Amino acid sequence: MVKILKKELLVPNIHFMILESDFIHLNAKAGEFVVVRADEFGERIPLNLVDWDERSASVVFMEVGTSTRKLGCLKTGETIADLAGPLGKPTEMVSDKKILVIGGCYGIGAIYPVIKAFKNNNNKIITAIEARSSFLLYWQEKLKEYSDEIFEITRDGTKGYAGHIDKFLNDYLSKYSVDMVYAQGCTYLTYLVSQTTKPFGIKTIVGLNPIMIDATGMCGVCRVIINGETKFACVDGPEFDGHTVDWQNLLTRRHIYITEERRSLSFYECEKYG
Amino acid sequence: MPEKIVPKKTPMREQPPKERIKNFNEVPYGYSPEEAIAEAKRCLQCKKAPCISGCPVEIDIPGFIKFIAEGDFKAAIKKLKEKNVLPAVCGRVCPQETQCEQVCTLAKKFEPVAIGRLERFAADYEAAQGEAPIPELPPPTGKKVAVIGSGPGGLTVAGDLNRFGHSVTIFEALHKPGGVLVYGIPEFRLPKAIVYREVDYLIRCGVKLVLNFIVGKTATIDQLLKEFDAVYIGTGAGLPWFMNIPGENLNGVYSANEYLTRSNLMKAYLFPEYDTPIVRGKRVAVVGGGNVAMDCARTALRLGADEVHIVYRRSKQEMPARAEEIHHAEEEGVIFDWLTLPIKYIGDENGWVKEMECIKMQLGEPDASGRRKPVPIEGSNYISAVDTVICAIGQGPNPLIPQTTPDLKAGKWGNIEVDKATMKTSKPRCWAGGDVVRGGATVILAMGDARIAARSMDEFLRTGIW
Ligand SMILES: Cc1cc2nc3c(=O)[nH]c(=O)nc-3n(C[C@H](O)[C@H](O)[C@H](O)COP(=O)(O)OP(=O)(O)OC[C@H]3O[C@@H](n4cnc5c(N)ncnc54)[C@H](O)[C@@H]3O)c2cc1C
Ligand SMILES: Cc1cc2nc3c(=O)[nH]c(=O)nc-3n(C[C@H](O)[C@H](O)[C@H](O)COP(=O)(O)OP(=O)(O)OC[C@H]3O[C@@H](n4cnc5c(N)ncnc54)[C@H](O)[C@@H]3O)c2cc1C
Ligand code: SF4
Ligand code: FES
Repeated sequence: MVKILKKELLVPNIHFMILESDFIHLNAKAGEFVVVRADEFGERIPLNLVDWDERSASVVFMEVGTSTRKLGCLKTGETIADLAGPLGKPTEMVSDKKILVIGGCYGIGAIYPVIKAFKNNNNKIITAIEARSSFLLYWQEKLKEYSDEIFEITRDGTKGYAGHIDKFLNDYLSKYSVDMVYAQGCTYLTYLVSQTTKPFGIKTIVGLNPIMIDATGMCGVCRVIINGETKFACVDGPEFDGHTVDWQNLLTRRHIYITEERRSLSFYECEKYG
Repeated sequence: MPEKIVPKKTPMREQPPKERIKNFNEVPYGYSPEEAIAEAKRCLQCKKAPCISGCPVEIDIPGFIKFIAEGDFKAAIKKLKEKNVLPAVCGRVCPQETQCEQVCTLAKKFEPVAIGRLERFAADYEAAQGEAPIPELPPPTGKKVAVIGSGPGGLTVAGDLNRFGHSVTIFEALHKPGGVLVYGIPEFRLPKAIVYREVDYLIRCGVKLVLNFIVGKTATIDQLLKEFDAVYIGTGAGLPWFMNIPGENLNGVYSANEYLTRSNLMKAYLFPEYDTPIVRGKRVAVVGGGNVAMDCARTALRLGADEVHIVYRRSKQEMPARAEEIHHAEEEGVIFDWLTLPIKYIGDENGWVKEMECIKMQLGEPDASGRRKPVPIEGSNYISAVDTVICAIGQGPNPLIPQTTPDLKAGKWGNIEVDKATMKTSKPRCWAGGDVVRGGATVILAMGDARIAARSMDEFLRTGIW
């Protein structure tokens, strides 16, 4: 059992959770993730590590289906069944570069350790966070600490730049040059970012989120096609060059269990509230 | 000595095929005490018992069988446990027909003694008596050992070293201990409760178990060696192989590991009570011919498939699966497509597999392994409809530890290299054994390696000489 040291709702549907752990910090690096299981009946789901210290590991997650809903219902002081990690390859470090870092939904949390690491490695950081509306943006203050500049983007125009990420990117990249783009968030966001930067020829690293189980290279469910070659995102990634990803395959594979996921959620809600 | 030889094994009652394909309960029921005694009495108690040398861990087979014949089941299990800490597991999954039973004196003319079934009986009898008593342990030596992986190999090393008085901690990547015994082999062949019972016993004996700890990531071997005097690597062969043919990444195409892990470890057969889903295909093709393929095919049937095909590129004679497993699969209605090789998977407009293209094979000259090599018959291609494909063509060692331990020597396929006499690796204070050394092998061979390593580790821990 793993104790929840703190659980907080950041914005509607997105939660922050600090979990007790005395060994994640031993080797944790920016860009890595953990696997959690809410309870004995739970799925193993991967979540990016957003922070860690000698006694804890933190995650930010968005409620989408049963597993994240279960986590979302838990409170400070309660427990989850399992926490394992860190997993995946850490973000490849660079220095003396100007990097545009983009985060959407849970990715706003997920980019936090990455910009910290980039910043500490002597890079210039332009951070851009995006959401549907202003009330869904969070952690601006935390991100500012390691950003040279920060942009807020809202699709409904209630704050900052109005529009979607592709529009912002097109505008920004037409005016300014950057050495690299880095993005975390849902598959659609990372896809859109990769598509938009491609004509500019800017190296674009994205965190992918295929379905996973063991996350140690044992099952092969997380396979993604990179440059025509099959890779296991949990051990070869999860970060890849966005211009080499077979997005169609990733989007398709992400939906293998869509019928079952709906059934699972309605089963869970009936059990819990029905 | 029996007066008259009974030519056939005492049959073991089983769930009828029509029933059992609707549930995940264990297929054979096991012997009653009367059946066990009757079977044990068939044993000739040979002076030079060939069965013993047929057993990779050299169980005193006539010894334990004699006790069963006398009705002293407690003494039987005690005798078994002198050499084998997982008799309930081995009695169920060991390939006895190619080991002890193959060389049994009776096998020359009749059916061999059902050694495996008797082993299972003795172990189950003990379990039915309640918690096994804890043996007295020697005073602690003060030495600490880390065992990586809780498969049959890791559990055996842990048990042995604990009995020698060393302090043992097992580190396991997954959230449940047991290795392939829990994530791979299905419930209907090996109930998980049996594995957990053995793990509980070790814990009651003082072995520590740390789950969710991925050595190589959570901590490296070098980090562990700062705290521990010795390390045993028993991480198995958990890297799934694919054939690299078109369409392998379509939805509905599984690796055997994924399919079995979902069903066994994550209990997807009880979805939605358990949260992990699995595709319940109607026309399922399983590619491969080993135990893993049989397990996938039989799981698919139980998940509600109308038709399950085993697609294997050689013929029945060459199939590596245990005879009993092939037999069980046949009884349950699995269809065997011998001499057939898939060459392409074809998807529908939504990215789901809908057909597979196969080519027929014929057997040519024997290859290096001595098996006749399958050769494609040109122009024999055909297409068959499938909605689920499970690739069970084998697996290799997981590279995580070799990748993060530069001075650990590993072969081209990731197998850790060891000295066979001691199971020492190239890295001081590190031993390895089981599937991570051999590639996919068997439970008993992993346990045999573990036993050799434990002896060598004990010697090192006492003398300090590497
Ligand atoms: C390496 C890695 C890191 C990840 N890091 C995070 C993280 O830090 N925070 C986080 O919230 N999520 C993260 N994810 C995604 C997260 O694992 C999934 O959201 C989670 O598994 C969903 O489980 P569920 O049972 O709640 O939903 P499911 O029932 O599995 O899914 C419900 C529906 O939502 C869709 N869906 C699932 N996840 C997403 C998503 N992220 N965006 C859009 N649609 C989705 C599914 O396709 C499905 O249709 C990460 C994934 C990977 C592979
Ligand atoms: C489906 C299937 C059916 C089989 N049927 C039979 C059968 O009928 N009879 C038979 O004799 N054999 C059978 N086998 C083979 C047998 O199960 C294996 O040979 C045996 O389990 C190997 O034991 P092991 O201890 O070496 O490793 P495993 O059982 O593979 O255990 C390794 C353990 O190490 C853990 N691990 C891996 N990497 C790390 C890490 N970095 N850090 C921490 N932990 C780690 C894994 O999670 C796992 O729990 C079958 C195998 C499969 C897959
Ligand atoms: S070889 Fe067969 S008959 Fe002889 S002792 Fe062993 S089990 Fe008994
Ligand atoms: S999640 Fe199983 S191999 Fe990546």
